[in-house]
Amino acid sequence: MKTTSLAGGGLLIGFNLFESCKPGVEPPVDLASLDYNDFNAFIKIADNGAVTIFSPNPEIGQGVKTAMPMIIAEELDVAWKDVYVLQAPLDTKNFTRQVAGGSQSIRHGWEPLRQTGATARQLLVNAAAARWGVDPRECTTKEGIISNAKGETLGYGDVVQEAAALEIPEDVALKSVKEFSIIGQEIPNVDLDEIVTGKPLFGLDYKKEGMVIACVLRPPAFGQKLVSVEESGARALPGVLDVIRFGDKVAVLAQDTWTAMKGKAALKAEWGNDEPLESTEDHDRILTDLLDGREFTTMRKDGNVEKAFAEADMVLERTYESPFLPHNCMEPMNFYADVTPERIHLVGPIQTPEGTAHQIAEVLGRDFSEISLEMTRQGGGFGRRLYGDFAVEAAEVSNLAKRPVKVVFTREDDMADGIYRPAIKYRIKASVRDGQITGYHLKEAAINSNMYGLIPNFFPAGALENYQVDVAKFDSKITTGAWRAPYTNFLAFAEQSFFDELFEQMGADKIQSRIDLLEKVKGTTDDRIQYSPGRMQEVIRMAAEKSGWGTPKEGVYQGFAAYYCHNSHVAEVADVVMENGEPVVKRVVCVVDCGIVINPSGARNQVEGGVIDGIGHALYGNFAFRDGRPQALNFNDYRLIRMNEIPRVESYFVQNEESPTGLGEPALPPAGAAMANAIFAATGKRLYNQPFVNALKDVKIPEKEIIG
Amino acid sequence: MPTYSIKVNGKSHSVDVSADMPLLWVLRDHLNLMGTKYGCGIALCGTCTVHVDGDPARSCVVTLEQVQGKEITTIEGLSEDGSHPLQEAWKEVDVPQCGYCQAGQIMTAAAFLKRNPDPSPDQIREAMNGNLCRCASYQRIQEAVELAVKNNKS
Repeated sequence: MKTTSLAGGGLLIGFNLFESCKPGVEPPVDLASLDYNDFNAFIKIADNGAVTIFSPNPEIGQGVKTAMPMIIAEELDVAWKDVYVLQAPLDTKNFTRQVAGGSQSIRHGWEPLRQTGATARQLLVNAAAARWGVDPRECTTKEGIISNAKGETLGYGDVVQEAAALEIPEDVALKSVKEFSIIGQEIPNVDLDEIVTGKPLFGLDYKKEGMVIACVLRPPAFGQKLVSVEESGARALPGVLDVIRFGDKVAVLAQDTWTAMKGKAALKAEWGNDEPLESTEDHDRILTDLLDGREFTTMRKDGNVEKAFAEADMVLERTYESPFLPHNCMEPMNFYADVTPERIHLVGPIQTPEGTAHQIAEVLGRDFSEISLEMTRQGGGFGRRLYGDFAVEAAEVSNLAKRPVKVVFTREDDMADGIYRPAIKYRIKASVRDGQITGYHLKEAAINSNMYGLIPNFFPAGALENYQVDVAKFDSKITTGAWRAPYTNFLAFAEQSFFDELFEQMGADKIQSRIDLLEKVKGTTDDRIQYSPGRMQEVIRMAAEKSGWGTPKEGVYQGFAAYYCHNSHVAEVADVVMENGEPVVKRVVCVVDCGIVINPSGARNQVEGGVIDGIGHALYGNFAFRDGRPQALNFNDYRLIRMNEIPRVESYFVQNEESPTGLGEPALPPAGAAMANAIFAATGKRLYNQPFVNALKDVKIPEKEIIG
Repeated sequence: MPTYSIKVNGKSHSVDVSADMPLLWVLRDHLNLMGTKYGCGIALCGTCTVHVDGDPARSCVVTLEQVQGKEITTIEGLSEDGSHPLQEAWKEVDVPQCGYCQAGQIMTAAAFLKRNPDPSPDQIREAMNGNLCRCASYQRIQEAVELAVKNNKS
C-alpha cells in the first residue's frame, strides 16, 4: 500500500493486490517523489472530502465498475453519493488480475478491496486522532466524518494531508456484515446517466486526433490463405488513405468508417488452401466417432462404472449435441492503437488487458513497459474479448501505417472471424439397481479443447460410488474459445436433462432424488469437490418453494434444473404453457447462492440476463460451417432471442454471510435444462440437441384434430 | 462529393460525404454524435435508431438524400438534460448491463409512446421486438417503458 499527497490537494491511496499478500512491504519514504500522473490507484480523496475510486477490472456489462468501488466505499465509510468512479487503465504495478473472466472479479477482489478501504479509513482516523491528541480507538467514522469521544468532528477532507504523511496501519479492522451500509443496497450502474444520454463511452466511440479507421479483409473460410489481392478498386475510392497487407489479411485505411468498409468490400482477393476445408457435417461425424471410439483422456474415475452397468437393473444412455456459437457482442470488435518508435498507446474494449498488451509486445518485438492500455466501457464481452486478436491487428496496422488506427469489425466480420463456443457432444450413461443410481459415465467429444479445471468434479461427482468422466477432442482449424460459462453452458443442459429423464424412468421424485444424492456428498474429504452439498440442497428447496413446484396452475408445466459453477449454486424452475400448439416458456424462477450480494440491482440484472441468454441460445443459437465458411454473417441468418420471446425471470438470493462468488455466468447453464424439462412435461418430447427450435417444429401439436 | 444540409437535434449542418453513406456514419464520424450505435448495418438490431420527423428510423440504412428537409433527432437531442420520461424511467429501473443498445431502445420506445401513450404490456413487447439486447435486459426495458407510461399519467 502506498499513499501520496496530491499536487492539487488531497490524498491518493494505492494498493497492490499482490504485494499486499507479502509481509514487510515498506511504504514509500519520500511521498513527494511519487508522481501522481503515473500512479493509478484505488482511492483519491480531495480536500473537500470528495472521493474518487478507480475501478480496476474491465466492465463488460457484468457490473463490476459499480460493485468493486462499492466494496471500497463500504470499508472506507463514505456516503455513496460522495463517490465518483473512474475506470482504471491497465496498471500492473498497482493492480493484479485486471481481467473480466470466469465470474471472478468480485470473488478475488472481495478481501483486497475491503482491506484497501479499511486501511484508508484507519489512516484518516489516525490523522484526526493525532490532531486531537487522542487514542485513535476512541474515534469513530460515519459517511466521511470522524468523531472523537468528546463529540468533536473532522471530515476526511480536513485530514487528508496529514494522513498522507502517516505510516500505513496494519491489521485494520473490517466491518462486520451487520455494519454494511453500502453493500447490499440497490446502487444504480455508475455510468447510467451517460448511457441513457448517449455519451461516448465505448471503444467504438473513442476518437483521437489523427486517428484513421481500418477495416480488415480476412480469409473468408477457416483454413484459407491469401494468395493475391487486387487493391486498385479500394484505392480508387475517394477517402481511402492506404491499403496494407499483413499476413493473410488486408487492411483498408480511411478517414471514416463507411469509406473503410466500402474500401474493404472493393478489394478483390484470391484465396487458396492446402488441406480440405471443414464443414458441420464433418464435425458431426467426427464427434460421434470420438464418442463411439476408445481414445479418451480420463478426467475423473471413481469405482468401476463398467461393473455397475453390468450389474444394473436398468441402464440409460443418451447423447446430447450442441453447435458452435458466436458471441455476438452488440458492440462489434474494435480497438485503437497508436504505435510510435517511443511508445504504444492502446485504447478499447478488452477483457484481458494485461495478456493482450504482452501479446502485442511480443508480436511487435517491443518491451511491455512501452505499452499503455486504457479500457473503455465494453458493449458486451461473453468471453469474446478475452482474445485480443483485434487489438493485435490494430497494433500491427498502426505499426505499418505509422499512424494512429482504429480497427473496426463489421457485424459480418464479427460473426465470421469469431473465436466460437466449440461444437460439443456429450454421451451420458447411468445404471440403476434396486432403485438407486449405481454408476454414471460422462463422455465429452469437443472441437479443439475439452472441459478443464474442476468441471469433472462438479455434481454428481462425489455422490456416486462409480463415476467416470472421459474426454476426447478433434483439432480443427476453426478458432474456438470461452463463451459465457465455457463447457457448463451446454454440459449443465446435458446432465440436468439426463437426470430429469433418469428420475422419470426410475419413478423417483425429481427434487427429493437430488436432495438425497447431495446428502451422500456431505462430509466428503475430496478437495476436488468444491460445491457445497448443503448450499446446493438449500437452493433446490428454495426454488421448489418459490416456484410452487408440484402445484402449478392448470395448463402450466414445470421443469427443474440445479447447477454449480463459478463457485455459485443455482436452481431454476421453468414454467411452460402451450400456445397455438407450441410450448412457450413463460416464467423462470431462479434461486442463487452467491454468498453476500454486493449490489442487488446489478445482481438481479445478471440473473435475468443470464437466464434469458441461456434460454435464447438453447432455443435458437445455431452456427454451421460449409467448406470452412460460416453459414451466418448477420442477424438475418443468426437468430438471437427478442423481447416478445422472453420468459419472466424471478430471481431470489440466499441470504447468508459467505464471501461473494461468481454471478456473471452461473445463472445461464441451468436455464436450458429447466426449459427442456418443462417442455418434456408439456409435450412428452425429450430434447437432446441444441438449438431446440429445430426439434420444436416437430412437436407442434395441432390445436384441433385434423380429420381426413 | 456532394454537399448535404441536414438538421439534427434542431441544428443545421453541412456535410460533404459520398451519396451512399448511411446517416449513422454521418452522425458518428462527421457530426461527432456517438450516442447512435452501430450494431448490424442491415436494420435488424435497432441500436442505430433515431427519429426522422418523429418517426423511428434505422439510421444504418437511411441515406442523406432520404432525410433532406427533415428533422432528425438522436439520443443526444431527446432531452436537454436526460430528463425525458423514458430516460428517467431507465434510470429508476437501472436497466442497462453493458449499455450499448440502450440509446436505440430508448429512441424506439420514445417514438412508440408518442403514437401510443397508453400501450398494453403486449403492445410494448411488440413495439420493442425489433431492438436486440445481447445482455438480455429485456425485462427491465419493459418495466422502464411501463414506468414511463405510468409516470406520464400521474
